[in-house]
Amino acid sequence: MADCLNIKIDRDLCTGCGICIRFCPKDILEPSEDLNQYGNYYAKVVDLDSCIVCRRCELFCPDFAITVEKEEEKC
Amino acid sequence: MITTKDIRNKYVKNYPSAFCPGCGDGMVLNAMSRAVEKSGIDQKKVAAVSGIGCAAWIPSPYWKVDTLHTTHGRAIPHATGLKVGNKDLEVMVVSGDGDCAGIGGNHLLHAARNNIDLNVLMINNGLYAMTGGQVAPTTEHGEKTLTTPYGNPSQGIDICNVVKHSGASHVARWTTYHMNELIKEIERTIDIKGFSFIEVLSQCPTRTGKKEGLSGVEMLEWYRENTTKNKEEEGIYVGEIQYVERTELTEEIYEQISKRGGKPR
Repeated sequence: MADCLNIKIDRDLCTGCGICIRFCPKDILEPSEDLNQYGNYYAKVVDLDSCIVCRRCELFCPDFAITVEKEEEKC
Repeated sequence: MITTKDIRNKYVKNYPSAFCPGCGDGMVLNAMSRAVEKSGIDQKKVAAVSGIGCAAWIPSPYWKVDTLHTTHGRAIPHATGLKVGNKDLEVMVVSGDGDCAGIGGNHLLHAARNNIDLNVLMINNGLYAMTGGQVAPTTEHGEKTLTTPYGNPSQGIDICNVVKHSGASHVARWTTYHMNELIKEIERTIDIKGFSFIEVLSQCPTRTGKKEGLSGVEMLEWYRENTTKNKEEEGIYVGEIQYVERTELTEEIYEQISKRGGKPR
């Protein structure tokens, strides 16, 4: 699963509101330890293998920072 | 499959935005963009009109369509003029609760009575957020704001029922937690001839959050627990409130002009 799936998080667009982290059904996201250029703890992916591609993080992100890319041919 | 990257490139500009972290306005922008993409209408045929306030900032600097950023509370009169002048446009009004129900409440009633083909999205966060969190007509009883620090002594207005009884074709209420339903509802309003009004309950993590001690995430959880899609259950009802087919103002005007030999543009 992990080789055809990619969750891109634009660290400078993320404001660190934590909506994606809270509403992910598989808890694959976490706040980062370092800051982005606007001083926010951006979200990062910690457990990509558990992702079920529900795209809830994409839909709920107020800052258009998360993109879930899945290559349909490989999976 | 549409990804966020495609939506961002096609419909959004000037990001990162000035919205606070956890604000629901970005989610509404996301829903509007996805609804326009799904409905398949030309982006150049969409025009967005907004007034003053946080929610009015959703279309004006951030949405890649033609926009009008107008005076406080007067988004609906400007949109009425735009729609009557060019009936091929799909006019959307995006406005906050202080702008739409407070300052411009009278205009809202008469636009609903005329049943003009506008799609009005009222983003309801329960107070005037941009000016510092003062009490608004939609603030619930007992809610703390900047000007009611001991709780709101008066009752909040149920604006959906007001618009329903004024004669609007389509009235619905959703929250920012119900994103899929909100996208479907906005997509539906594009096809509906007549006045459509959607109230979107949205979180304000800065103003409400500071007074009530809640974050944006906790307010979204509150919406999940306190809303219901069943009218008999307790809680805030979300879903379609009214859909009736009525005569539409723009069509009536054009018919009257052509009957008397005039040529509407």
